[in-house]
Amino acid sequence: MISRIEIGFLPGVRDALGEKTRRRIFHDLHLSVENVETIEVYTLEGDLTDELLERIAAGPFSDPVIQRYAVNRSLAFDFDWLIEVGFRPGVTDNVGRTATEAVRLLLEKAANGGLKVYTSRQYLLKGKLTRREVEDIASGLLANELIQRFEIIDGRTWKSGEPVKPYVPRVIVADQPRTEYVDLPDDDAALQEISGSRVLALTVEEMRIIRNYFQDEAVQRRRREAGIGEGITDVELECLAQTWSEHCKHKIFNSLITYEDEHGNSRVIDSLFKSCVKGSTNAIREELGPEDWCLSVFVDNAGIIKFNDEYNLVFKVETHNSPSALDPYGGALTGIVGVNRDPFGAGKGAKLIFNTDVFCFASPFYDQPLPPRILHPRRIYEGVREGVEHGGNKSGIPTVNGCLVFDERFLGKPLVYCGTGGIMPARILGEPSHIKEVQPGDIVVMTGGRIGKDGIHGATFSSEELHEGSPVTAVQIGDPITQKRMTDFLLLARDQGLYRAITDNGAGGLSSSVGEMASLSGGCEIDLKKAPLKYAGLHPWEILISEAQERMTLAVYPDKIDAFLNLAAKMGVEATVLGRFTDSGMFHVCYGEQTVAFLDMEFLHEGLPQMKLNARWTPPAFPEPDFPEPADLGRALKEMLGRLNICSKESVVRQYDHEVQGGSAVKPLVGAADDGPGDAAVLRPILESFEGIVVASGICPRYSDIDTYAMAACAIDEAIRNAVAVGASLRRMAGLDNFCWCDPVESEKTPDGRYKLAQLVRANEALYDYTRIYGVPCISGKDSMKNDYMIGGTKISIPPTLLFSVIARMDDVRRAVTMDAKQPGDLVYVLGETRKELGGSEWYALNGFVGNSVPRVDARKARSRYEALCGAMEAGLVASCHDCSDGGLGVALAEIAFAGGLGMAVDVSLAPSAGITRNDDLLFSESQSRLVVTVSPADREAFESMMADSEMACIGRVTVEQTFVVTGLQGRVIIEEEIASLKEAWQQTLREM
Amino acid sequence: MTGSLKENKEQGKLRTMPQRVKSMVITGNGTNCEMEMAHACRLAGSDEVDIVHISDLISGEKRLDDYHFLNLPGGFVDGDDLGSAKANANRLLHVRIRGTEERLYDSLRRFIADGKLILGVCNGFQLMVKLGLLPGFDGDYATQTVTLTYNDSGKFEDRWVYLKPDPSSPCVFTREMEGIYLPVRHGEGKLVPRDEGILKRLHDQRQVVLQYSDSSFREAVMAYPQNPNGSTNAIAGLCNETGRLFGLMPHPEAYLHATNHPRWTREKLPEEGQGLQIFRNAVNFLRREL
Repeated sequence: MISRIEIGFLPGVRDALGEKTRRRIFHDLHLSVENVETIEVYTLEGDLTDELLERIAAGPFSDPVIQRYAVNRSLAFDFDWLIEVGFRPGVTDNVGRTATEAVRLLLEKAANGGLKVYTSRQYLLKGKLTRREVEDIASGLLANELIQRFEIIDGRTWKSGEPVKPYVPRVIVADQPRTEYVDLPDDDAALQEISGSRVLALTVEEMRIIRNYFQDEAVQRRRREAGIGEGITDVELECLAQTWSEHCKHKIFNSLITYEDEHGNSRVIDSLFKSCVKGSTNAIREELGPEDWCLSVFVDNAGIIKFNDEYNLVFKVETHNSPSALDPYGGALTGIVGVNRDPFGAGKGAKLIFNTDVFCFASPFYDQPLPPRILHPRRIYEGVREGVEHGGNKSGIPTVNGCLVFDERFLGKPLVYCGTGGIMPARILGEPSHIKEVQPGDIVVMTGGRIGKDGIHGATFSSEELHEGSPVTAVQIGDPITQKRMTDFLLLARDQGLYRAITDNGAGGLSSSVGEMASLSGGCEIDLKKAPLKYAGLHPWEILISEAQERMTLAVYPDKIDAFLNLAAKMGVEATVLGRFTDSGMFHVCYGEQTVAFLDMEFLHEGLPQMKLNARWTPPAFPEPDFPEPADLGRALKEMLGRLNICSKESVVRQYDHEVQGGSAVKPLVGAADDGPGDAAVLRPILESFEGIVVASGICPRYSDIDTYAMAACAIDEAIRNAVAVGASLRRMAGLDNFCWCDPVESEKTPDGRYKLAQLVRANEALYDYTRIYGVPCISGKDSMKNDYMIGGTKISIPPTLLFSVIARMDDVRRAVTMDAKQPGDLVYVLGETRKELGGSEWYALNGFVGNSVPRVDARKARSRYEALCGAMEAGLVASCHDCSDGGLGVALAEIAFAGGLGMAVDVSLAPSAGITRNDDLLFSESQSRLVVTVSPADREAFESMMADSEMACIGRVTVEQTFVVTGLQGRVIIEEEIASLKEAWQQTLREM
Repeated sequence: MTGSLKENKEQGKLRTMPQRVKSMVITGNGTNCEMEMAHACRLAGSDEVDIVHISDLISGEKRLDDYHFLNLPGGFVDGDDLGSAKANANRLLHVRIRGTEERLYDSLRRFIADGKLILGVCNGFQLMVKLGLLPGFDGDYATQTVTLTYNDSGKFEDRWVYLKPDPSSPCVFTREMEGIYLPVRHGEGKLVPRDEGILKRLHDQRQVVLQYSDSSFREAVMAYPQNPNGSTNAIAGLCNETGRLFGLMPHPEAYLHATNHPRWTREKLPEEGQGLQIFRNAVNFLRREL
């Protein structure tokens, strides 16, 4: 039986969602609607009496103070158009899940197994709109047709009170679950066709290797003995495709690269990952010797370092770009709750203590025609923002740091970086917590959510560019509450010593999680028929590779399995035994009695040969900028402050809870009015202690246009500089590298692959050089290599982007420093040299140029400056400190002044500089490693003596007057502006977003 | 109005006379602030503080009767999926303690009848309101007369607010407190009473404990952002008629130390955060009334 309950607001109650929707229809679609009213709809499947339906509607489903309800009739009344938006079958419906649970409680003992509640929402529009316009509102704003459906009702043909016909998005799978053998012929074209049509993302060469394995006589003999046919099953083919995907295997980062420089000299690099990323970390750890504080790097789901003798810190940053392009809300939500499971699944499991987010979008004000399948950047912005809001806030993890980066080339694929940090006791019941072990005989258990068709081919799909056939099943919606229940349970199970090892189910689903853990014991045997499903009818291969969310896989001690399952049941978490880990050397998968996969562990994990690629570096040459120094530099400064990459992001920041868990010490917004741009986050993870953690990031894709070596150097320097600005020391600072690239493999689709690969090589070489000099080891990282869009003749590739994130220990958070000017009379210092380095700068971009003089980082000088500054901060000599980056000195000085609610009088010609002849260059050059510091006059001598070895100058004072006065070259005043007007310029751009 | 525990004891209601103050912080299904709330209870001097998962209450392994101070922390229990705290209110009302006929709600009613203290913050306040514990006119703790709904901005917001306490409120948690500065972090914090009569009674009975105010704590403010959600009459927190049940949208457990304050690097502040006093008042009240 199907019933419908509708919930609307009582007359006179404000419908905030309706109002917001009306504003967005106007802003996003430029359509004027007089009024939007919303009605929540619950569609119930199950035998429920009218009396019970009334109780459900009046009880958990509605609020008696502000809402009214209707059972099996319609609330809609007096509208011009009605749009009802609901999910398509199989899409995660979190509200529906909660509603189902609520109704089950009301049913009490008469448990109704068949009960299911689905949700949808009605928007009642009033206004003169054509059907076409209403369709645009539905498809362009209210519904994402990949995951949702909508129905439009014309108010003129609507009889008041007439019930809307219920729609039940029940999943109907007609197929019986089955496993098929796949014929792999001796024909490359056919192999290519199989790989393409099944979204395997395997190359012909990889397909041949697989075919040859199955033709091996020893393999065939073992298969006959195991009772499985000689040919490859679809389960095995899909499992290999996941395990061997670029996403999981990082084939490009591990490839053998022949690199040719601009002079024709060539050299061979055997794995960028091993030589550059890991190479630097290994060297730093060796130098640290017995003081080495890295505990687990590059081997687990996240990097683990020592925090103090009692606790370890865990950190990981991931990207979720491709799903976010198709469904920004679901993609980003899954991104954040997905990366949560990385520190949670590292070592014995960590409690999650902070999130960071960095989003790269095209301008939300983009006004050109959109290529097919691309959502408007404003919609991506809002969807991603909201997805991360729900994922982060509902999980109770503070979002402490992040940034937004804008470039038109992120139109093809947005970048959605989500990071999560955790903390765990250094030892749990006497065992070191960072070590991951699995023994033969341990029980394979899956906990958390159920498996559906959602997320099938996520790993392989993100190993391709976005194209016409990109599968919709790759899209998922995260469920933070199911995950929270699971993590509450597993932390208890961890502390009671009920399991030996834990890992998350992310890309590749069970095939990855069980496959990777099985490599620690030497094999496994699991039965997919035992896996709990969201709905019947999944084929075994789908069960194995589905990336359905909120699941962890564990190795449970055989003698603790009952205690583990009992605790799960008590806490309302599903936990299912799937099989056991073995040392058979085989990845053995059954479906009931039938063996459906029987692969050598060694072939699965090591069977893929190293890729061989070519790179050639040709430095690009851009026209040298040619424009006069503007007469009104005050106006220029305001234009700079309002630019998307510089302006205030407060409207986004405030929508993220940045202080839950109670340890926030430096927040994202700082200053006299709590609205200045903080450089980095400081938090106390242990509330009884003042030991803290600093979290910061650096990203500057614009510099990639000129040289990715400089881009990577600047990103690393910026992240470290931001951390230093709040008081972090380099003594215990670790980094994470997240590369997002466009496809760097030369092919028909990518004729410039050699150049793009050379860009990747150069960025990695910078990573090696700079992390070594700073002594900041990378402890984990990730790469996403196919950030291109290609449909029809249009190809959009992102600018190569490295996000460098750092985590540092701080001995005492009470020594933290914020960026806002503190007192009138304080002295303003510039640390570091300003050079004519405006290539790729915001100033050149504003004037329509790229230029060539990209900022170069002198890391040795920077390191000693940062160390000296850290000493001055620990001595309490620094009143404020601000990183100088996008927009240079001009922007940094203005931000310090208006964040402090104070004026400033400075002479920028006094700042240490070289080769500068123009005021605009002096103000807006983006030379790296610079910081602006304010110091109380009482501390002048002490500060200057501690900083004696650094390039530094006192350029003026903080003033009580509310004006920002800058003297430039030739001793003349070049800017005189009210700080309020500068702040307004900085705040207005994204205020309404 | 604040009847003492001693009187209750004479009526034979109080089961355990607390020589030691025992606090419980309930967690589970999306509660997020249990750790800092427990920390606040400890700093306030509570002798025992237990973070209790709701499944332990449902299984009967932990009993409300064994505690004196119940903390309902912030979070997103059940994802706020049916409206904030709605599904959790439904759970507390209907779930039975295993092996008994008693509902969790019955034990909650007994806890209140025993004269013990309940503090609900954010999602905990939403829960108290939707269960009917607040404002609880005439001791009716089952009828919902006010609600907390979507902020006028339609947005979740994290922002610090100035709060003006009513000095003549019976609320035991805010005694001796003048102006309080705390963060709000919610999307559904706008208080709406069922009608004017309810609103008038809230004021008449001094149950409006806290109002959003200007920075001098003088005037209640309706304007955004000082009033971050458009709450009726700038109401930020309510107590029941005895002053022993208190709910508020801002987070006192988020300001326990000066470094939590958004401007501690530029203002001279006492080391102790203002939020702690609310917990200390509760613990001291319980100890005094023992």
